[in-house]
Amino acid sequence: MSWMAWTLATGIFFACIFTVLVVMAVWEQISPTVERRGFLPMATTRGDRLFIGLLCTAFIYLFWLATTDASPWLALPGSLIWMAAIGRWG
Amino acid sequence: MSKRKNNRAWFLVLPTLIIVAFSAIIPLMTVVNYSVQDILGPNTRVFVGFEWFREVLRDAELHGAFLRQVLFSLAILLIQIPFGVGVGLLMPRRGWSASLCLVIIALPLLIPWNVVGTIWQIFCRTDIGLGGAFLDGMGVDYNYAIDPVDAWLTVLVMDVWHWTPLVALLCYAGLRAIPDAYYQAAQIDGASPWAVFRHIQLPKLKNVLIIAVLLRFMDSFMVYTEPFVLTGGGPGNSTTFLSQFLARMAVGQFDLGPAAAFSLIYFLFVLLFCYIFYTVVMRPDDAPGS
Repeated sequence: MSWMAWTLATGIFFACIFTVLVVMAVWEQISPTVERRGFLPMATTRGDRLFIGLLCTAFIYLFWLATTDASPWLALPGSLIWMAAIGRWG
Repeated sequence: MSKRKNNRAWFLVLPTLIIVAFSAIIPLMTVVNYSVQDILGPNTRVFVGFEWFREVLRDAELHGAFLRQVLFSLAILLIQIPFGVGVGLLMPRRGWSASLCLVIIALPLLIPWNVVGTIWQIFCRTDIGLGGAFLDGMGVDYNYAIDPVDAWLTVLVMDVWHWTPLVALLCYAGLRAIPDAYYQAAQIDGASPWAVFRHIQLPKLKNVLIIAVLLRFMDSFMVYTEPFVLTGGGPGNSTTFLSQFLARMAVGQFDLGPAAAFSLIYFLFVLLFCYIFYTVVMRPDDAPGS
């Protein structure tokens, strides 16, 4: 596995992603998702909203890194709030 | 009575999942790992966090390549989609001439991409190429090797020549699928050719055109081989698009960390555009605003 050049940070990142996917799969089994329409311009499932939330977070981080030298940790609360908003009202 | 779900089907997906994991997910994870490290040697690397992302995102050359890429893709769509529809409309619908047209129009699609670049490189040279010599003979000051405008026009014309047939063939297939009853009804109503196009053909081509736009946008957004062979990204950086910029960084300069960061940014943009197109394509016809 050393050829994959793992670091602790990327290990934690992928562990979080896989955990979220497993939780979503289990949640889907327990309570199947229903398409609904919120403030996003189309009907979405839970998985859609997670995907859109993650994609938005990635672009929030890109914007942050492109425009400021401040620590990227400062972008985390905003990203989490935005993800939660999409999950709840998206 | 509710239908019972059979989850054994998931096991049938397992081989695909394993293949995708080895061919896509594991390499992608490796790229993510590389993007946060300074790779000094096969076993020597230093964690740098988001530094490469910051550096790449503030690179003026990358901004230029991104703008050129977006302009190129938009120009491709603005030219190829109407042109392809026009060619599709003009193609004969029946008989031997229809078959002949199909074969001739499909020919550029069968040529390998690097060969297309070579063909146009020779064709546009003013000393030995037919196209270049013709323009030179007409008194046009044309040289794609030293003039950025000429280089851009040549790359655009080459791509139009190579890929408009795809749009034309898709439109032709869409037009052939329209039942004759629609045309008969239009004839009874005395509809003009424009009215037939506007109210019958164009609405019926909607789904085909969405696929054509999706294919052409994504392909032009990742264009590499033809401009690389034709102009090598020059003169200067005038025809250096994103994938060429990335290849130069990763293979030419061997900057694996910044190249990995740039790959991920490029991937995110491709993912974003794909998702937008996917959403538009999958939107039901009765949705508001569709």
